[in-house]
Amino acid sequence: MSRIPDERPLNPKPEVISELRRLLPAASVLATEAELAPYECDGLSAFQQRPLVVALPETVEQVQQIMQLCHRLEVPVVARGAGTGLSGGALPLADGVLLSLAKFNRIIAIDPANRSARVQPGVRNLAISEAVAPHGLYYAPDPSSQIACSIGGNVAENSGGVHCLKYGLTVHNILKLTLVSVEGELFEVGAEALDSPGLDLLALMTGSEGMLGIIVEVTVKLLPKPERAQALLASFDSVERAGAAVAEIIGAGIIPAGLEMMDNPAIRAAEAFVHAGYPVDAAAILICELDGFNAEVSVDVMRVRELLLGAGATDVRTAADDAERLRFWKGRKAAFPAVGRISPDYYCMDGTIPRRQLGPVLNRIAELSAEVGLAVANVFHAGDGNLHPLILYDANNPGELEQAESLGGAILELCVEVGGTVTGEHGVGVEKLNQMCVQFNRAELTQMHAVKAAFDPKGLLNPGKAVPTLHRCAEFGAMHVHHGALKFPELPRF
Amino acid sequence: MVEHLDTTTEPAIVEQVHAARAAGSTLAIHGGKTKDFYGNPVQADAELDCSIHRGVIAYEPTELAITVRAGTPLAEVEALLAEHGQEFPFEPPHFGERATIGGMVAAGLSGPRRPYAASVRDAVLGVRMLNGKGEVMDFGGRVMKNVAGYDLSRLMVGALGVLGVLLEVSIKVMPRPPGRITLIQEQDQASALASMQRWAGQALPITGTAWLCGRLHLRVAGSEEALSETQRILGGTPVAAAEADAFWTAVREQRLECFADEQALWRVSVPPATAADVIPDVELIEWSGALRWLKTELAGVTGSAVKPRRYGASAVSAVRANDRINDAGDVDAGAIRPWAAAAGGHATLFRAGASTPRPSDGVFAPLSPVVMRLHQRLKQAFDPDGLFNLGRLY
Ligand SMILES: Cc1cc2nc3c(=O)[nH]c(=O)nc-3n(C[C@H](O)[C@H](O)[C@H](O)COP(=O)(O)OP(=O)(O)OC[C@H]3O[C@@H](n4cnc5c(N)ncnc54)[C@H](O)[C@@H]3O)c2cc1C
Repeated sequence: MSRIPDERPLNPKPEVISELRRLLPAASVLATEAELAPYECDGLSAFQQRPLVVALPETVEQVQQIMQLCHRLEVPVVARGAGTGLSGGALPLADGVLLSLAKFNRIIAIDPANRSARVQPGVRNLAISEAVAPHGLYYAPDPSSQIACSIGGNVAENSGGVHCLKYGLTVHNILKLTLVSVEGELFEVGAEALDSPGLDLLALMTGSEGMLGIIVEVTVKLLPKPERAQALLASFDSVERAGAAVAEIIGAGIIPAGLEMMDNPAIRAAEAFVHAGYPVDAAAILICELDGFNAEVSVDVMRVRELLLGAGATDVRTAADDAERLRFWKGRKAAFPAVGRISPDYYCMDGTIPRRQLGPVLNRIAELSAEVGLAVANVFHAGDGNLHPLILYDANNPGELEQAESLGGAILELCVEVGGTVTGEHGVGVEKLNQMCVQFNRAELTQMHAVKAAFDPKGLLNPGKAVPTLHRCAEFGAMHVHHGALKFPELPRF
Repeated sequence: MVEHLDTTTEPAIVEQVHAARAAGSTLAIHGGKTKDFYGNPVQADAELDCSIHRGVIAYEPTELAITVRAGTPLAEVEALLAEHGQEFPFEPPHFGERATIGGMVAAGLSGPRRPYAASVRDAVLGVRMLNGKGEVMDFGGRVMKNVAGYDLSRLMVGALGVLGVLLEVSIKVMPRPPGRITLIQEQDQASALASMQRWAGQALPITGTAWLCGRLHLRVAGSEEALSETQRILGGTPVAAAEADAFWTAVREQRLECFADEQALWRVSVPPATAADVIPDVELIEWSGALRWLKTELAGVTGSAVKPRRYGASAVSAVRANDRINDAGDVDAGAIRPWAAAAGGHATLFRAGASTPRPSDGVFAPLSPVVMRLHQRLKQAFDPDGLFNLGRLY
């Protein structure tokens, strides 16, 4: 099924292919069906579309030339990093150029004295920490996809990880970006210093989903490795109690390096996959990591242990050594693929809610799941209140994908209702356009479009993503009134 | 947190913006006016007083976030957080008793703890604001992670009101560390910079560094275990708690003796490892080397020579070779920006006496043409009629 969210009229300009061939080596311009196939979706495979052409530049000048060309011909451009995005941000356009940054995979310079590194956008997240490890440094944001996802994609999505409770998101861990504008001009935002003059365009660019410019270089901030990290694994016989324990720990003034929760279906799936030693009968587990000085960590571990037991944990284990600590994390980090093994398909949601709402929202999700008849496994960044309900479905069963989507939509609307947001770290992409209409009103969306136009007056960078048109919201709004009576409309293809 | 909130102040502000727009007049937005010295002078027909719009809207300590109206006095909010054992991680300067939360966010200035915890911008989670069309808009939220739409709330931080009027802000707060100590070491500038670099490369709970007059002050915060371990690693003479707190407040509020005169004060933000002689003649170094303050007698007349304010002859001779200091050994104010830029940073004329001429291109370092164009277009996108704080930023 090809599901195109883009509302623009289709306007293919095949001459862009031959023009690209003048700019790039033959092997760097892909246009046959077989060559295009690997690019037809990102990590959200429910949406698929082959681009008109894929361009694989390897120098900044080439990116500039491609942008100048596309700007002149008015051809839309979709940037793509590693294609692990979960919201369809890198979904190609049928009449557009897919600009892959895959060849920008060099670490340009490591500056241990300033604790920063200049890297190309296609460098894998984990490769940065690996490269700087000899200096006792690391790059803090660690999305579960870190072995594959690119730093450019991380910036475009403002990705988080299991350690962002203490160390922040991508926006808190980058210093400077070099970008190519839609017109093909090169510019920098941010600085190697801690601030730069003028408006905070570095913050604006972070999480802008490829809508405002093409990132061609990232200067990341590096942190010194803490002397010691220790993890605890706590079991609970109810999800609410686990949720309450999260608030207890934070209320006690402790900011763990990571505080993650998994519910029973997620525990079972992960245990079957990687044998992390999880308690398969627990209703929920919390993984809590503390880091700092050896002596300090020892004290905090004891405090957290007491807090967890006081909050009703049925069992609290402290990792005996680093190998066991990493095993605790292994199950968590492999949770998505683990769920992928037990269900033909799954749909990953990404709402964030105030922490105190964890228990009630998880209960309501369970009710919604029962109503629709699709199972949900929960694995998430509890410390940040960032939920990842995984809706299990089988796309081969007619109607199940749509059911999964409408359940997902209901969950996100629930998140907004309790004071949260429809996406904590995966982005809006094409997936959550309708929910954006729930979260933002007409003036707010219009303001976002005006910001987009300030960077991209012709609307050529990743058009149709991230911010819904008012027209779409009007349609969805009408839908919304008849809540439950209709499912999301299939939008006309072109 | 139960508090009576006056529901008439937001409509009053909205009304003033609509009226100004209808009349084609311009507005200077202000809170407590404590940071009027910062930025370029504003051309405006009238003032928009946001300090009337005050009150705490939501504060739940376990959520690690507070939502307040922009006109709320900063000191009140900090006192409330302290009651619950929490604080703003970025240690904002007040620059006066009347400082408001809105001014804190609009100025975007962070204090001594900034490199070790967060900046104002890092901690802002959401804003409610008014654009130049008089539309009330909410961006971001009250939760820790939020990537729904562009991050327009962080864009407001440091924007000095040129994009709109802040009505409410949600800000991340952190638990106050259980204890803190301050250590002093006698070090010259170069060795202080080297020490700060060495320690910044280790995971130490340092929360402040300040070098001035040959002395390096180090503040450490954390548990008892962390404090004793860090003190062992750093060395130095501990300072009595009251004296230490007074010192850091003076650094944050720029009440140190060296800030007391009318000379032009430059804020130079550079990569922390920038060598001592690249930015000569500094008064005060903060942020492990990333923030350096220096003074000149004249502020802006490019090429003009100014009176000497020297420490360390080596610094002077190093730059003399580059012709940045005149024969009398005076720092040329016009040279500061090129120095900062060469180091990968920028210099702001932070304060200057009323009679001191300002640089012709403004107090903030000039932007590249592409970035300047983006600024103009963003201004247009938020404030199409040019209502707010004209000229304050650029
Ligand atoms: C198993 C799994 C686990 C995951 N876990 C996490 C997690 O823990 N936390 C988290 O935050 N995310 C997670 N993700 C989501 C995803 O990995 C992140 O969003 C990641 O940052 C995407 O990077 P990418 O290189 O794959 O980007 P892509 O998917 O290729 O692109 C993502 C977006 O960025 C834009 N883009 C990419 N490169 C550039 C560039 N150079 N310039 C401008 N725009 C660009 C694209 O146009 C698109 O809009 C997970 C995904 C999977 C599949």
